[in-house]
Amino acid sequence: MDSNEFIKNFAAQFDDTDASEFTLETRFRELDEWSSLNALAILNMIGKKYSVVLKPEEMKPTNTVQELFDLVQSKIS
Amino acid sequence: MNAYIKAISYFLPEKIVTNADLVKEFPEWTVEKVAGKVGVHQRHIASEGETASDMATQAAEKLFTEHNIDRSTIDFVLLCTQSPDYYLPTSACLIQNRLGLSTSCGALDFNLGCSGFVYGLSVAKGLLAGGIAKNVLLLTAETYSKHIHPKDKGNRTIFGDASAATLVSTDGFASIENFSLGTDGRGAENLIVKKGGLRQQDAINDLTFDESGNPTSSDYLYMNGGEIFNFTSEAVPVLVDEVLAKNQLPKDNIQLFVFHQANKYMMNYLRKLIEIDQDKFYFFLENVGNTVSSTIPIALYEAQKEGKLKGNVLIAGFGVGYSWGATVLKCR
Repeated sequence: MDSNEFIKNFAAQFDDTDASEFTLETRFRELDEWSSLNALAILNMIGKKYSVVLKPEEMKPTNTVQELFDLVQSKIS
Repeated sequence: MNAYIKAISYFLPEKIVTNADLVKEFPEWTVEKVAGKVGVHQRHIASEGETASDMATQAAEKLFTEHNIDRSTIDFVLLCTQSPDYYLPTSACLIQNRLGLSTSCGALDFNLGCSGFVYGLSVAKGLLAGGIAKNVLLLTAETYSKHIHPKDKGNRTIFGDASAATLVSTDGFASIENFSLGTDGRGAENLIVKKGGLRQQDAINDLTFDESGNPTSSDYLYMNGGEIFNFTSEAVPVLVDEVLAKNQLPKDNIQLFVFHQANKYMMNYLRKLIEIDQDKFYFFLENVGNTVSSTIPIALYEAQKEGKLKGNVLIAGFGVGYSWGATVLKCR
């Protein structure tokens, strides 16, 4: 799993925040436009691109892109 | 015989709930942010005792006046609602009488939500093609506000009540072309009001609140946002491809896409997924919210007023059931 690709896919779920602003360290819940709707879009993206089905509750403890990346990675391997 | 949309009118109940009203009720919640995201600034709500059939009657009266339509020519009434007055009789029969329509007029209700307008057009087209009717009054009317728990701030932000009246006839401004329809009852549990039908007639009283204060109860409207999101992002791109194929049209030959106005974020998500240009994608929910089966006729009415209903217009509805449908309108 490529982290740069993951960041790109993650960033695509946001309308107002520029894609270039996203890194593995980004604390996405602190972004101005963050809402539960972004979470739904991100879970949908993870299902489609990585064939990993995450429940909203599983995503809840993650705060940075890295943490979510690790969670998805752990489900793949 | 081809079927056309001849005229559309819509009705909004008088009572308005603004975002400021919701802020007062839920001071701890970020109403403005959420409302901005779903793209709704205010919604109209039916008053106590005002039902979907009342609103459908009002929309039909508006249609007759606004477009100078002789009500005696109506020979079929279709009412799409999930909020009927009674188990029986059918609300469409009550409406026939209240509108003073001919007693030789056919009338029936059908129970669908966000896909209802497209399904209504498909039935109306069939009635015309079969030589059964010449002027079908298609009514869509919904009062989800009566199904939503008062503390359910999310759904109260999104949904509004409204009704629309559409005349489908042998001539008109938009020819109704080929349809693509679909159903998957496996999704039934994800958008449901359990109480009130014969499987569960009495209240279950199983109300719980999650840590954010959101209520879940079998006695009120329940929507599993995540599942609905996944369903629409799976079904709608396929639906659009199918209806384009059935009409032998490339996507570039569609001048305007009018989707069910679910919420702005979801619609924009679908727009990007299907790769539709922003200027070809119509939004109208800021002042009315998600009005379920009336979102598409209301949007068509407003798009026509703006002069945007020209050429091929693709309409698509999707939601509760699951149920989905799309067609192309060839507009003059």
